[in-house]
Amino acid sequence: MSRLTISIFSESRAGILNKVSSAFSRRKINILSLTASECEVEGIFRYTLLVEDDESKIRKMVLQLEKQVEVVKAFYHFEEELVSQELALFKIPTSSMTNGNAEKIIREHNARFLTIEQDYAVVEKTGFRAEIQALFDELAPLGILEYASSGRVSISKPETNIQSYFNQEVLGEKISRRISI
Amino acid sequence: MESVKSQTITAPSTQQVNGSKAVLEALVKEGVEYIFGYPGGAIMPIYDELYHYHDQLKHILTRHEQGATHAAQGYARASGRVGVCFATSGPGATNLITGIADAQIDSTPLVCITGQVAAHLLGTDAFQETDIIGISMPVTKWNFQITKASEIPGVLAKAFYIAKSGRPGPVLIDITKNAQFEEFDFSYEQCKGFRSYIPTPKLNFDQIDAAARVINAAEKPMLLLGQGVILAEAENELKAFIEKAHIPTAWTIMGLSALETTHELNVGMLGMHGNYGPNKLTNECDVLIAVGMRFDDRVTGDLKQYAKQATVVHIEIDNAEISKNVHAHYPVLGDAKEALTALLPVIEENNHEDWLNEFRAFAQTEYDKVIHDELNPESAELTMGEVIKFINEEVNNDAIIVTDVGQHQMVACRYAGFKQTKSSITSGGLGTMGFCLPAAIGAKMGAPDREVIAIIGDGGVQMTIQELGTILQTGVNVKVVILNNEFLGMVRQWQELFFDKRYSATEMINPDFMLLAKAYSIECEKVDERDKLRAAIHEMISHDGPYLLEVRVGKENNVFPMVPSGASVSDIILEKPQNI
Ligand SMILES: Cc1ncc(C[n+]2csc(CCOP(=O)(O)OP(=O)(O)O)c2C)c(N)n1
Repeated sequence: MSRLTISIFSESRAGILNKVSSAFSRRKINILSLTASECEVEGIFRYTLLVEDDESKIRKMVLQLEKQVEVVKAFYHFEEELVSQELALFKIPTSSMTNGNAEKIIREHNARFLTIEQDYAVVEKTGFRAEIQALFDELAPLGILEYASSGRVSISKPETNIQSYFNQEVLGEKISRRISI
Repeated sequence: MESVKSQTITAPSTQQVNGSKAVLEALVKEGVEYIFGYPGGAIMPIYDELYHYHDQLKHILTRHEQGATHAAQGYARASGRVGVCFATSGPGATNLITGIADAQIDSTPLVCITGQVAAHLLGTDAFQETDIIGISMPVTKWNFQITKASEIPGVLAKAFYIAKSGRPGPVLIDITKNAQFEEFDFSYEQCKGFRSYIPTPKLNFDQIDAAARVINAAEKPMLLLGQGVILAEAENELKAFIEKAHIPTAWTIMGLSALETTHELNVGMLGMHGNYGPNKLTNECDVLIAVGMRFDDRVTGDLKQYAKQATVVHIEIDNAEISKNVHAHYPVLGDAKEALTALLPVIEENNHEDWLNEFRAFAQTEYDKVIHDELNPESAELTMGEVIKFINEEVNNDAIIVTDVGQHQMVACRYAGFKQTKSSITSGGLGTMGFCLPAAIGAKMGAPDREVIAIIGDGGVQMTIQELGTILQTGVNVKVVILNNEFLGMVRQWQELFFDKRYSATEMINPDFMLLAKAYSIECEKVDERDKLRAAIHEMISHDGPYLLEVRVGKENNVFPMVPSGASVSDIILEKPQNI
């Protein structure tokens, strides 16, 4: 079993997500997290999925995904080949700052307040899963009203980016660059 | 700014049409001859327009939408062109699914067009609304829902391109009713490619060189050919290749007929009911060269004991197939025709006579233990094999043989003789009973100059037997041979061998097939005696028109050899084990 991050670059069209997720469910591969966003190439969407499974099974599935007509390219990477981050939001009672030491915890964890209302505050933490978990564990005794976290967003270290793929392979088409979100 | 009027005058290639007419114009532009289909509410505007296209597009009204897909598959496989289906929304569309799934796994190019409720009703559970895009997604190469007429030309052009390019497959296009009515400026341009899809990967000559080196050094090479050879139209290149390097060549049932039966290097069929030699020697060859095949489990048996000693060269257009089931030491990614063309000059002339003799020795054993009795039985009961033998003689190994699924399929694939490619049409990957009768109808339309013979079991024929109505209505000249053993034979064989003869739900009480044929005004005959068999086959082939021949064969005959499921290919058995 390996922890693998799968990146799928595809034309953006309704239904692609359906294809992607059915490729996983068909093989009973559990998706630990999923993020979708635009990428640096106009019109191309990027899906980032985290899974834990046999590399050979994932390799085959990635090839099957890449075969989909709208999918431009699909990759999988090991942890060390990636820079990745997750984002979490915590809603905590404002009282926890007066009664407890929430403020100090938040500072120590390099998290920040997004908003502070009369009854509650919303805190943002960006980092690795373990760092988010550590903050969660410290805030939990003070009371967490609501918690949400994103899937991972990652950038691969090796040269396998989609732009280079386009530059080599695609029908000489000019790719317009854009700032990725 | 120019006026709108002058713009339309300077653009003569566009014309105002409704979506329905655009669909039919697109089909005409794609060179479509036949549409296999069935009308209904949501596709009525297209059928209404079709009324005016009788001279350009022939519509075959099958008796069930499943029949339409199989007929389109038969047409595609016999002709090498794209098969086209029409169906209405809801049940019409869902009835297509079995054929689409069959086409997907057997790489058959289809474009299926379904009607859909009007766009404003989508998602409301309207009458005959079904999410056919969602349902067909896992079994299509591509699908798309059109809700505006202006999308029709671009999407249909893409549909045909995707269906036939690279590794072919089925495409489904769902068109809402409003789009069928809507008027727009139509112009059509065939699709030549788009950025996310690379149907035919460029050959890598390093891979060619590496493959050539191992092939040249091989002492016991063996080649496995699959349908990829037929789809790439690489039959001549393959033959030149194996002749130059002198390589014994076996085939999957999807590759059957790519190499003529009598070719010296044709060592027979792979897999569960394949020939003895190629199965045994898969585990003895030193280099295994697979061309356009995907190592299906019916071919490989237990993968852990499959060709472990061999260096594997895999020539394949679909990257996802390489090292999927069997590790390819030397992959060659690309079109089979291009790859074999590139290999031909770099492989050396060779002679592997001793190695070929090993195949011959196994073939002799198989003949003595299995084939002789199957083709020349001493019992009074007729065998499936002798029926195929007489058909071979009658048509001089030169018919299109369409088979269904079961014992008769295995027997037909084992014993039918072929001279030309694209002559064996069967449901390989999905094993769809009911495939044969409609597929034979389509095959005859795709290859009108050829004799088309359907070989069907008494079980499978009843799955799509209503297509006798299509034969009646079109008069299509297909010969239908029902090999009647009054059992779901293949399942019964497994019950006999692996379930202590508990014949659970496999015995068939059949209708009178002669009365049925007569009801459909189809000439017919029934044979249950050896003396009359040859004459009956002669009569069937000589008859100018469709014909149904029922042959009563032994009820409990088995197909051998057999690789028991889960066993290694080299553990293939020639007869029923003693302990059973
Ligand atoms: C649609 C479908 N249902 C069930 C099966 C399972 N099956 C495979 S072979 C077979 C028996 C076929 O019997 P018959 O058509 O009489 O042919 P025979 O084996 O006797 O030649 C069955 C039921 C199948 N392949 N397809």
